[in-house]
Amino acid sequence: MTTQIDRAPGEGTTLTEVDEGRRAGVLVYTVGLGLAVILTATSFWVANTTALWGPGVHLGLAVLAIAQMGVHVVFFLHITTAPDNTNNVLALAFGVLIVFVVIVGSLWIMSNLNGNMMPSPELMNLHMQR
Amino acid sequence: MNIAVAVDNVPPQFIASEAGPAPKRIVVGFGFWIFLLSDIVMFAGLFAAYAVLVNATAGGPNGAALFSQTSVAIETACLLASSYACGLMSLAIGSRNRFGTYLWAAVTFVLGAVFLGLEIHEFAGMIAQDAAPARSAFLSAFFALVGCHGLHVTAGLIWLVVMMGQLATEGFRARVERRLLCFSLFWHALDIIWVGLFTMVYLMGVRP
Amino acid sequence: MTFFGKLTWDALPWSEPIPLISGFGAFAFVIAIVAWVILKGYGPYLWREWITSVDHKRIGVMYIVLALIMLLRGFTDAIMMRAQQAVAAGGAQGYLPPDHFDQVFSAHGTIMIFFMAMPILIGLMNFVVPLQLGIRDVAFPTLNSVSLWLTASGILLINLSLVIGEFSKAGWVGYPPLSELQFSPGVGVDYYLWSLQISGVGTLLAGINFVTTILKMRAPGMGYMRMPVFCWTALASNLLIVAAFPILTATFAMLLLDRYLGFHFFTIDAGGNPMMYVNLFWVWGHPEVYILVLPAFGVFSEVIATFSGKPLFGYRSMVAATMAICVLSFLVWLHHFFTMGASASVNAFFGVMSMVIAVPTGVKVFNWLFTMYGGRIRFTVPVLWTLGFMVTFVIGGLTGVLHAVPPVDFQLHNSVFLIAHFHNVIIGAVVFGVMAGLNYWFPKAFGFTLDERWGRASFWCWLVGFYVAFMPLYVLGLMGMTRRMQHYDDVSWQPWLVVAAVGAAIILGGVVCQIIQLVVSIRDREQRRDVTGDPWNGRTLEWSTASPPPAWNFAVQPQVTGRDAFWTWKQGRRAKQDVPAVPREYAPIEMPKNTPTGFVTAFFAVTIGFAMIWHIWWMAALGVLGAFATMLAFAFREEEEIEIPVDQIARFDRDHPAYQDQVAEVVA
Repeated sequence: MTTQIDRAPGEGTTLTEVDEGRRAGVLVYTVGLGLAVILTATSFWVANTTALWGPGVHLGLAVLAIAQMGVHVVFFLHITTAPDNTNNVLALAFGVLIVFVVIVGSLWIMSNLNGNMMPSPELMNLHMQR
Repeated sequence: MNIAVAVDNVPPQFIASEAGPAPKRIVVGFGFWIFLLSDIVMFAGLFAAYAVLVNATAGGPNGAALFSQTSVAIETACLLASSYACGLMSLAIGSRNRFGTYLWAAVTFVLGAVFLGLEIHEFAGMIAQDAAPARSAFLSAFFALVGCHGLHVTAGLIWLVVMMGQLATEGFRARVERRLLCFSLFWHALDIIWVGLFTMVYLMGVRP
Repeated sequence: MTFFGKLTWDALPWSEPIPLISGFGAFAFVIAIVAWVILKGYGPYLWREWITSVDHKRIGVMYIVLALIMLLRGFTDAIMMRAQQAVAAGGAQGYLPPDHFDQVFSAHGTIMIFFMAMPILIGLMNFVVPLQLGIRDVAFPTLNSVSLWLTASGILLINLSLVIGEFSKAGWVGYPPLSELQFSPGVGVDYYLWSLQISGVGTLLAGINFVTTILKMRAPGMGYMRMPVFCWTALASNLLIVAAFPILTATFAMLLLDRYLGFHFFTIDAGGNPMMYVNLFWVWGHPEVYILVLPAFGVFSEVIATFSGKPLFGYRSMVAATMAICVLSFLVWLHHFFTMGASASVNAFFGVMSMVIAVPTGVKVFNWLFTMYGGRIRFTVPVLWTLGFMVTFVIGGLTGVLHAVPPVDFQLHNSVFLIAHFHNVIIGAVVFGVMAGLNYWFPKAFGFTLDERWGRASFWCWLVGFYVAFMPLYVLGLMGMTRRMQHYDDVSWQPWLVVAAVGAAIILGGVVCQIIQLVVSIRDREQRRDVTGDPWNGRTLEWSTASPPPAWNFAVQPQVTGRDAFWTWKQGRRAKQDVPAVPREYAPIEMPKNTPTGFVTAFFAVTIGFAMIWHIWWMAALGVLGAFATMLAFAFREEEEIEIPVDQIARFDRDHPAYQDQVAEVVA
């Protein structure tokens, strides 16, 4: 396999590598598909089973989703940790950080704000009547 | 192919940061990657709104009452399979295989169209049973988030048709290859977003 | 619903003298300019060389021209507000009815942030970054043109709102429920949303363009730690654009869905949550102010190093501080709504983070001071702006850290103390930085320097005027005055507001001085010619080109061996004065071809925006089809590049003998 100093994201193979790599290329996508199918099926099972502790279900689903996103990134998008992919990985990490901050931050802030909202009219009435 | 790569002892003249302007293929691919990340941040905004408003059903139906897991499973299978087909299309492009490219592009398109059809059917069904987006904040957030993804899929399908048209008229010109690389990045990213979507909206939605 | 949606003749301001006169006056002025251009035969030249240009230098200049025009409009809004508040004390109602006053303050903020500050900085980055990186253009030249023209589309729409219909009265932030259909049934908020969505697309595309250019297209040998600091700040700013603007797009899309399709994201019924808008808006809003300030910091770094005759102190810590600010700016946004009701744990976290972000900024200030220390400072106009910035911005930053303490913010939130704070930092850093940058790089762009005397006069007017206009607002804020007041009962506030109005008049003097500076410099341009390309004895690569640079920037791509690449090269050359120069070897250069794609796309964008605002659905559909057709035409175009022949390159160098001497190659 030829060494490149820099690679575009998604560039799995270049023309020169194709001849020795084609069957290997199909293998990569097929392995990725297989893993994704397993993770998807597991997610559906987790969501519907009573065998797991209730509050753990959401966490389990989140972990499976993240794992499957990872499978897509590695097997379909060919993002690796090799030095020719450094820019691509850093950009992805930055994006993931922002997504995390926006979603988790908004959830924390909004649930906090909602919790401090005025009680409903019925409760207010009871309170006033004291 | 790149499951595991060992790169060692890079000579100093091949330091990527000092090599001068990168070839156009890498510039275009990276630029599109940055665009995709911005798109994912936009989805994060919609995801955040959904997560905050998921319980604001205003006396109307919630997810558990509305979502059909069978439909979601088929949609997921379609999109995943179309992602796989897109990967095979990328390989065909790499080996300059015209027939293979058209074949796998068609498979990608059909699977994507089936996904869209199922989704539109689901939306229509919900609107028919008084679960339109104007009913409650939860439904607004649901329709916006899932609908935005569906709009992206639609745009992708149109783009794929245009690309096949360009391939037919120009062959495997450099700019056609670059644009097809961008398309495959887009298509895989849409599947990644769908993973987040079906987990957070549908699967977490049926378990209160 | 009629053929033209909600649009009728009543949309024009027949009964309102101020918009009627100013609107039709502006319209007549534009027609006059267009007529003059056509009659003098400049049309084809303008179309060929500017409107369809994909050259980053031309696009940068056009961004700045647009922004300066909008500065005039935004500043007019400011003068109107100061005048109103100076007279509307006790029972007096002033001259500006509440309806209009609300539109004026909304337009002022929207224009200044989105259509003045953003374009002027993007324009500066457009012009300078490729030259500093030693390359010929940005990564995606046509996309660059599209970005410019989409920004122009937003500008056109917001200017149309003055004459056709009305503008938003919900402030530049547009909080629901006021901005929802129930409480703002008119077209004002729709003008606000569509003009910002359209120009927002342009800005996002520019962000992608610059991130890619800076990361993937530098001259050979220019590793990351050899890049000029302005390019680092441009990188950080554009990373923030890419990360933050999509949030604004999503938020505005949700509000548009509420207004157009009856969704319930932010309504007060059916489960909507207006607080979510505030939250999401500021997730964008805080990074936005860093998008504005970071390039300004970059300008100051370049200016102070050049005019102190020393390398910038602490390059590595500057870079680290810049990237730290880039990340931290995403962790402070709640400080814009401490008073919305979150509990102490949330407020405390964001309060502490807001104080933490002052630290890397402080590092930068110390680095600038240490750069000046021990240098031989030349007090040119850019340096004056830089010194003014250092004092003004530090004061503004201190009041910012004051706001970062939640209990203090409860006292000061939405008072004019807050107004004074953010104008202190924005004017002190962004406006002063832009003025420094314009004076610094003007000779490079146009081939002659700006008049120093009028430049100094404008600086002093701006500096004194700023303090006279905004220091009273700090006092008033502590006395309890809220922002956005069309009239007020407490007459003890009036003297302070009169002083503030005088300050605004002094700033107006500064603006007038700048216009005179431009006119005088153009009149005297032959005496002011920059023939060597390096009027300031600069340190970075843009000064190694002719003034103005040719379309291809560099005849021969520079090979970079260290930081301050041009300075290092000059030192090396001076050391070998007695060695004869060798003639340069030229090769043909491929440059991207000009295209009307950007302009035509923007035409359809304006069509879509205007149609959506007025509910003219068939026109919106046509606009979408037109935009799609434009994209197709571009995708299938035959020729993408033109080739510059060797004799054209050689002829350019021959026609600029002084520049040639300056950069003559020597034997290694």
